[in-house]
Parts: sequence; C-alpha cells; structure tokens
Amino acid sequence: MLVRRARTWLPGLLLVTPSIVLIGVFVYGMLGWNFRLAMTDKHDEVSEGKFVGLRNFIDIWDQPRWHLSVNHAIVFTVAFVVGALLLGWLLAFLMEKGIRGEGTFRAIYLFPMAISFVATGIVWRWLMNSGTGERAVGLNRLFDWIGLPQWQWFRDPDWGMAAMAIPAIWQMSGYVMALFLAGFRGVPEELREAARVDGCTEWGVYRHVVLPLLRPVTLSALIILGHISLKVFDLIVAVSGKQIITDVPAVFMWVAVFDSHDPAKGATIASYIVLSVAIFVIPYLIWSVRKERRS
Amino acid sequence: MRRWLATVSISIVSALSLVACGGGGGGQASQSPAASGGGGEKKQVEVFSWWTGPGEADGLQAMKKIFEQQNPNYTFFDAAVAGGSGDKAKALLQSKLQANTPPDTFQGHAGAELQGYIKAGNLEDLTFLYDELKLKDVFPAQLVEQISVDGKIYSVPVNIHRSNVLWFNPAVLKDAGVAAAPKTIDEFIADLEKVKAKGKIPLSIGSEWTVTHLLENVLLGSMGTDAYNALFKPGADWNSPQVTKALESFAKIMSYAGDPQDDWQPAAKQVADGEAAFNIMGDWAYGYFHNPPEGGLGKKSKTDFDWAPAPGTEGTYMWLSDSFTLPKGAKNRDGAIAWLKVAASKEGQDAFNPKKGSIPARKDADQSLYTDYLADALKDWSSNKLAGSIQHGVSVNQPWLAAITEAVGLFIGSKDVKALQQGLADAAKANAQ
Repeated sequence: MLVRRARTWLPGLLLVTPSIVLIGVFVYGMLGWNFRLAMTDKHDEVSEGKFVGLRNFIDIWDQPRWHLSVNHAIVFTVAFVVGALLLGWLLAFLMEKGIRGEGTFRAIYLFPMAISFVATGIVWRWLMNSGTGERAVGLNRLFDWIGLPQWQWFRDPDWGMAAMAIPAIWQMSGYVMALFLAGFRGVPEELREAARVDGCTEWGVYRHVVLPLLRPVTLSALIILGHISLKVFDLIVAVSGKQIITDVPAVFMWVAVFDSHDPAKGATIASYIVLSVAIFVIPYLIWSVRKERRS
Repeated sequence: MRRWLATVSISIVSALSLVACGGGGGGQASQSPAASGGGGEKKQVEVFSWWTGPGEADGLQAMKKIFEQQNPNYTFFDAAVAGGSGDKAKALLQSKLQANTPPDTFQGHAGAELQGYIKAGNLEDLTFLYDELKLKDVFPAQLVEQISVDGKIYSVPVNIHRSNVLWFNPAVLKDAGVAAAPKTIDEFIADLEKVKAKGKIPLSIGSEWTVTHLLENVLLGSMGTDAYNALFKPGADWNSPQVTKALESFAKIMSYAGDPQDDWQPAAKQVADGEAAFNIMGDWAYGYFHNPPEGGLGKKSKTDFDWAPAPGTEGTYMWLSDSFTLPKGAKNRDGAIAWLKVAASKEGQDAFNPKKGSIPARKDADQSLYTDYLADALKDWSSNKLAGSIQHGVSVNQPWLAAITEAVGLFIGSKDVKALQQGLADAAKANAQ
C-alpha cells in the first residue's frame, strides 16, 4: 500500500531533490552562515571570532559612512522605482493606444533589459561624464549644443544619487512596460464597453476600470524594482567606482570585506541588505500565496 | 515501473552534473594553469600581476623574455588581471589565497600592504634569497629597513616610483606671474590664488584616491620627513597641532581644486592642455605626458609640462615599489624562485623599468638607460631621505588605508577638518602595529 502510494509522489520528489539540496546549502545555508558571522567579532581574517550577539548591528549606526550609504540607497530607490514605474506605465499606455509596428517598438524598449548593469554602467559613465565646457562629452556635450545647462551628474552632492538612477531607469522601464502592457491587455473589453455604455468618458474608463485592475501588476513591478534597487552594486561600481560620493550598502560591504579585511562588518552589512530586501519580498510572497489559495 | 526508473536515473544524472559544475566551475579554474601542464616537460610559472596597461605590460613582457631565455625548462604564465591600482586583482588574489590555490608568485606593493598576507601566514620569508644574491648590498639600506617585518623580508622590489611630484604647466604659471615651482606649502597656496585670479583651474584632481594622494603629499610637505614617518609608528599622535595645521592647509588647497575628473589621467591632461596649472601625482604621470599618442599625450618635457618635488618635500623621495612574493604552497616553488631572481637582477630591472617609466630599486643600474625625468629621479633616489607613500601601500596596511580613504571621502563631502582629523586618528589607533 505504502509502496503504491510512494509511486505517485516519490518520482516527483526525487526530481526536485537536487535543487532543494543545492538551494538549501548554497542559498539558505550561506544566509545562515552569514548571519552567524555577523554576530561574531571576527574583525580580521585570522582571528577565531567569538559570539557577540547584535553588537555589530548596533555599532554600525555610529559610522557616518553607514548613514551616508543608507541615505544614498533610499534616494536611489525612490528615484529609480518612481521613474521606472512612471516611464514604463507611460510607454505601455502609448502602446496600448495602438501604434503601427508595435512588435518592433516592444522589442526596442525591452532590449535594454538584456544588457548587464555593468555594460550599461560603462556606457552611461561616458554619457554622464561631469566634464563641462570644452571638456564636455556625452550628455553634457549634447546639452551644451542645444543650449541647456551642463550638469555634474552623479558628482552632484545633492542630486548625484538621483542621477545615478537614470541608467537604471533606462534599463528597467522597458520591462515595466511589458508588465503593464500585459496588464492592460488583461482587462476584458466587455468591462470597458460596459463602462462606456454607462456613460463613462474615455478617461473615466481608465480611471475607474483599467487602473484599479492594474493594481496587482503595479505591486509586482514595485517589488521587482525595489529589490533590485536595494542590492544595487554593479551599476554603481561601473559608473563611479568605489567612491564615497556614490556609496551604497553593497559597495560599503565590498570595501569592508576586500579593502578593510573585516569579515564580520561585511557580513553585518550583507545581513542588513537581505533584511531590507525581505521587507519587500515577504509581504509579496504572503500576498501571492493567499491569492493562490483564494482562486 | 520503467517510467519510475527513468525518472530516478534522470534525477541522479542531473544531480551529478550539477555537482560537477559546482566543483569545476567559476572563473578561477579556467584561469589557473593546468597542473600537469600540456606542454610536456616544461613547467609553468604562474605570475600574477595587474600590469595590463600600456608601458607596464610592455615592461612585463621584457622581463618575461629574459626569464624564458634563462630558464628553458619553464614557461611563463601571465595571470594579469586588468584594473588601475590592482583593486580587482587584489580581490581575486584574496579568494585564491583563501582557497589555498595561490599563484606561484604575485605582485604587491612593497611595505605595509603585504602585512595582511604575512599575518595570515600566506608568504614565505625571502631572507635566504637576499643572502644568496647579496641583495642587501645592492638595494638602499633604508629601503631594506622599510620593507622588513620583524627582521624578515617577504618581497623582492622590482622598481621604484616617486609619489611626491608636482606637475605644472609652465605657460600657465608664467601667465599668472609665478616665476618658479613653489617650494613650500604657503608659497603653493599663494600661487594657487594667483592662478585663480587669471581664471584658470589652479589645481586639477581626479577620483577620490587622487585626493588621498594629495593628502599624503601635503602631510609630508607640511610636517617634514621625520614627523611624517613617525605618524606610522604605533602610538603616534594624529591629534597633534602639527597634523591640525597640515590638514588646514590641505583643506585650503582643496578649496582651489577644479571639478573632480574621472581618474588621474584626465586630471593630468588638464595640466597638459593648459586648462589647469598644477597637479600632484606620482611619476607614472611622466609616461602619460611624454609617451607618443596611443597611451600617452606626446607632450614635450620642460616646455609643455614640467615637474618639481611636491611643495615642502624637496630632498625627500616619497616612494612606492612594486614587488614580487613567494606564497606558501606555490605549485611551482622553484619556478617562482627563478622568476624572483630575474626580478631582482640588474638585467631584469633594466629591461623592465625604462618601459614602465620607473627607476630600478638596485643602486647599480645602467644609468644611461634612464633619461629626462627618469635621470632626475635616479639622482634623487640615491641622495634623498625616504618616506613611504600612504595611498600606495608602503606606510599603512590595507585596512588602515581603507579607513583613511573613508575619512578623506567623507571630507570631500563635508569639508569638515575636525572630522577628518578624528577619522585619521581613529584609523591609526585601530590599525597601527
């Protein structure tokens, strides 16, 4: 009897076991190891490291650089998420109105996502070069040519991190567009018709019918963009290197591990990054599990 | 039953292949030379460096040629990792060392930068090689003293660079009414003001590390050689009024700096192009100014650009040195020692240095090979007092440098001299040994 029942679930289990084991070791095991390391005083590579509880997590708030990098991450996240959502929505909205050669445009807008952040960063490093006047290259040269003021871009002390979000917006807004476009297309035509019959204006149809139905798509987009943003590293390093003017927690972590040779500090920062991403991802997981159950 | 079996076998095969990927994957495996070597009896020597740029890569090739002539049994395996000051190379090296798969020999800045590796027990003591080759007689005594750790020496310096050089544009200076290169920090500040009045950029700077480079020069120029060198001894007082004065001058000088450029080259180019008057950078800038286009600017020395010791540092050679080491557990230890012998030899150093744009660490080098700026440098090297560079790993170890870089980076944003001094003092307290 048992053998008979095993036949139904055992093959499936065996099929997924390798990936469960690998993910268990290399994702969750490593996460656990990282949290344990963050709770020790292993501040160089040779010492043993004793358990110190949450002291590293508290101490790091005494460091001016930590405050700076957290602030930068917040500015970057706000600029990137809002920018990509708005631009992606706008592109999807225009496409939805129906244009010729939609497939081509879709491919063009989606294409940047296929490029790695490092490649994007290297191109935008040139585009956002802070040289002005005679030395201007990239966007500053263009701005000079059409009579717009030239910018310091990511070197600007106040707006630098917002400028740093521009390449990220460029890269991800096409993907957001694809999400929204699918969302738009998912709204049944009958609903729109019904609203029109009830005397809704075209704007009203969007305002009261389409946008509310886009809420789940917006939420997914928000979560995807949010977690990319909090752990951003490659783009920043490719554009500006490891300079403090564009420091974010992930860059700080690299410096702590490879330059300062302080594993415990690096692990502490890594833990904070994981926790901040979890704030985005866990509510989403709960929400999607609940939704699955409901349907 | 048959389907059941098929499923099991598929999952086992996939598990095995995944494990195989995990074991053999990663970029490192493909980079390290085959252990048994594909080329028959010839054994490979893996030489790890960050010399991939113009000039430096040519120098490495020149040494490689000599090495292969002298050692027909060995082939040279170039494991160079690209990237300016060796950032990426050092990170990869660290993971190799931690995995106990060191290259046979690797490049590092001589001095405190190697301390971390020494403390972690990664390096072999090379005193035996110094005795065998009588290297203590050919390297300057003060150099040997500054690279020794507890009486032992762990690296062979192949070249010497100077970091306290003031580069300037003679035409811009003349236009501003500055007759000669400034000799003191106060003169320097006065000259910066004169250039500013003419509407040119008084001092060009690059990315953040070039500001740390400027700081080490101002510290040395303001405090003098002995006080500067004493800063790196355990218990040194970074809160002294002397340091405060130096940092205030540094803040004043920084207030004349132009917009930061992407790296040191565009900043140096501003001087060559006559947009900026001064730039403080190591003598690798000479190669950039002087070399023909494709890698250089093709400028004429003394007319298009000129040099002097950084203000207040005349008579002192602030040095840094690239050197090679012998990691413990090197696969081909004998090959690595053969390489170190070439790196230490007069022939090897004279092949390498004119191409790299640096001077040899040996006192008995062929002087006729070093012309123009390098002749000046060689003369000063044999007569000057020595001070160790901060930014380039002589005076401070890597964690200490990271802490100084952080304090300087925060200063660029805040302009807060007090916080800078506190940051530097904390960095010294945590790291001096």
